[in-house]
Amino acid sequence: MERYINAGATAVLIGESRYGMRQPGEIGADHIKEAVTAAHRLGAKAYVNMNKLYRNDELGSLPEYLTLVKDAEADAIVFGDPAVLMNLRQYAPELKWFWNAEMTGTNSSAAAYWGRRGAARAVLARELNEEEIADLKSKAEMEIQIQAHGMTNIYHSHRNLIQSYLEHLGREATLVRKGADQGLFLVEAERPDEKFPVYEDDNGTHVMSPDDICLLEALPELIAAGVDSLFVEPLLKSDAYNETVLKSYRQALDLWQRKHDEYVFNNQWLTAIRKLQNPDRELGFGFLYKEQVY
Amino acid sequence: MSQSLIQDQPRMSGKRQRLTKPELLAPAGSLEKLKFAVHYGADAVYIGGQKYGLRSNADNFSFEEMREGVQFAAKYGAKVFVATNIYAHQEDLDGVEEYLKQLEDAGIAAIIAADPAIVETAQRVAPKLEVHLSTQQSTMNWQAVQFWKEEGLPRVVLARETTMEEIREMKSRVDIELEVFIHGAMCSSVSGRCVLSNHFTDRDSNRGGCCQSCRWKYDLHADEQSVMEPGQNPFTMSSKDLCMIQHIPDLIEAGVDSFKIEGRMKSIHYVASVVNVYRQAIDAYMADPEGYQLRPEWVEDIGKAANRPLNTGFFYAVPGAEEHIYEAEEKPAPYDFAAIVTDYDETTGIATVQQRSPFRPGMQVEFFGPGGRQFVQQLGEITDAAGNPLEAARHPLQKVLVKTDHPVSPLDLMRKRLS
Repeated sequence: MERYINAGATAVLIGESRYGMRQPGEIGADHIKEAVTAAHRLGAKAYVNMNKLYRNDELGSLPEYLTLVKDAEADAIVFGDPAVLMNLRQYAPELKWFWNAEMTGTNSSAAAYWGRRGAARAVLARELNEEEIADLKSKAEMEIQIQAHGMTNIYHSHRNLIQSYLEHLGREATLVRKGADQGLFLVEAERPDEKFPVYEDDNGTHVMSPDDICLLEALPELIAAGVDSLFVEPLLKSDAYNETVLKSYRQALDLWQRKHDEYVFNNQWLTAIRKLQNPDRELGFGFLYKEQVY
Repeated sequence: MSQSLIQDQPRMSGKRQRLTKPELLAPAGSLEKLKFAVHYGADAVYIGGQKYGLRSNADNFSFEEMREGVQFAAKYGAKVFVATNIYAHQEDLDGVEEYLKQLEDAGIAAIIAADPAIVETAQRVAPKLEVHLSTQQSTMNWQAVQFWKEEGLPRVVLARETTMEEIREMKSRVDIELEVFIHGAMCSSVSGRCVLSNHFTDRDSNRGGCCQSCRWKYDLHADEQSVMEPGQNPFTMSSKDLCMIQHIPDLIEAGVDSFKIEGRMKSIHYVASVVNVYRQAIDAYMADPEGYQLRPEWVEDIGKAANRPLNTGFFYAVPGAEEHIYEAEEKPAPYDFAAIVTDYDETTGIATVQQRSPFRPGMQVEFFGPGGRQFVQQLGEITDAAGNPLEAARHPLQKVLVKTDHPVSPLDLMRKRLS
């Protein structure tokens, strides 16, 4: 966390799999206060990730956890299950919160709906294009966050699909691996060049995109569109890679801030990332310039 | 407002709850299917309109057809719901107010919506329309259910991941209608939390463009190589279909208010067969809970229309190796319907039927109708409307006369085993 802040992050998302999904590392309840304090000391904000979908028997610990997060002076919590809002209203009403329902944050009216219920920020689906992002920001009257870099989750199941498959093959004894960084991939027959990272943990099975979003070159457009927060997804990347990414975005943003009339994209920023980029994974603009059909 | 969280005690404790008869809710992909679903016993049907639904390829209803459907359903005391369950992008929201008002005007009883933008708009502009929260919101705990109740929604369609035990607890803690999928195909992902189609084909799964990538075959690689050995099946996320016919008492006792059958893209034969079976099971249980017994022919009849192996989803355990379909291609359902009965002459015992797939004299067929009436017979001579003998009924919608071994009624179906 400290390395990411030193590399240029102005806010960090922390937490543990009991409350948040797809965290790059576990920061348990015992360490939340310490982590928040450390982030603050370094001049960064610390948000706590609570973005999972809860079951009845997981609700019981929410009051205590929210109280702890509030007492730790976390800057916000991030979630997409209304159960968290119910508890927040009762146990930590002063806590700031961001709405993140992953793939389903797609329009300004929905964002504003959560805004009227207290959300300070909406985290947008990664499947929106630039025009939609700009339009959404102009209408939602709240902060918006988009993912600027890294892989994206494209499928989440509460099934244990890897374990089930290995059982089907009769290989569960030798191959079942839990956790994010186990080197498992899916390859679809007609797309042999695309490797989709897949993993299983306590929250089920997660399939990730075969390429990485990189919106570095689009930063001026995104700023013009009114984006308030740019998220770098560190999942399944080395710390060195993430630091490099953060430094490049930091340099670009700083230059823009200092003199945006004279802002020129510096190819070094991208080259530094490309040097560490896994050759199997293309860098692209995600859905930023895409038209989808349905 | 947050009073609710303190209200921790079950509403009823100790004594067994008085059983409430659940609604049987069926899909209707077209006006004709709607008629069959209602005729075979659905208390309510859900359909798609021209916009905002998640089956953009389906034969969706015009407002005119909706009106006709509502009128037809009303004769049976049944209601019509419209799925408006997409997660809208900005461009989709133009015209949503007008659309929702027109649904209200057409006599639609409820919409099924996931996107808060649509939920809220409906509450504001079409107050006579009930808003049911779609399964696309993946509501799987009682406090989330409570939230939507406080937002004014009378019903929540639960996530397909919810267990029977969790449903019981929700029902005991929150006074709201719970709708639960009991039969049909399922997303293997948490509903709404899948954009495989967007990535594979640029088709937006949350706006009806799903291309079912979860049913494709994948190679699972570990340590840079495939884990598959020669002759083994590839990886897939493909789930078996849900079937809860063996657990009707459990569902009713848990307090589920609406039993939902999936399948707006399925055939008339499928909808009629499945509705027919669940109608009988629910009625039998409500008439005599103690004496209730599952009838083997219900399970058989469901099998006649099923094109995938069946399972009980998350109700009793997290689905494992046995609950997914690793083997080769799914097969078509073992039976298909050959004709619809349009008339029956009691004096001659001859039925007029409308051909829906080819049949010929000598073929073994099964006639069935609502309430479990059914019989198997071999077809004798068949003739056209003018009485000329036919070698085979080859033409779609052709009017054909057949002699039946027992009386039949209009809207009974004739099905045949597929070879």
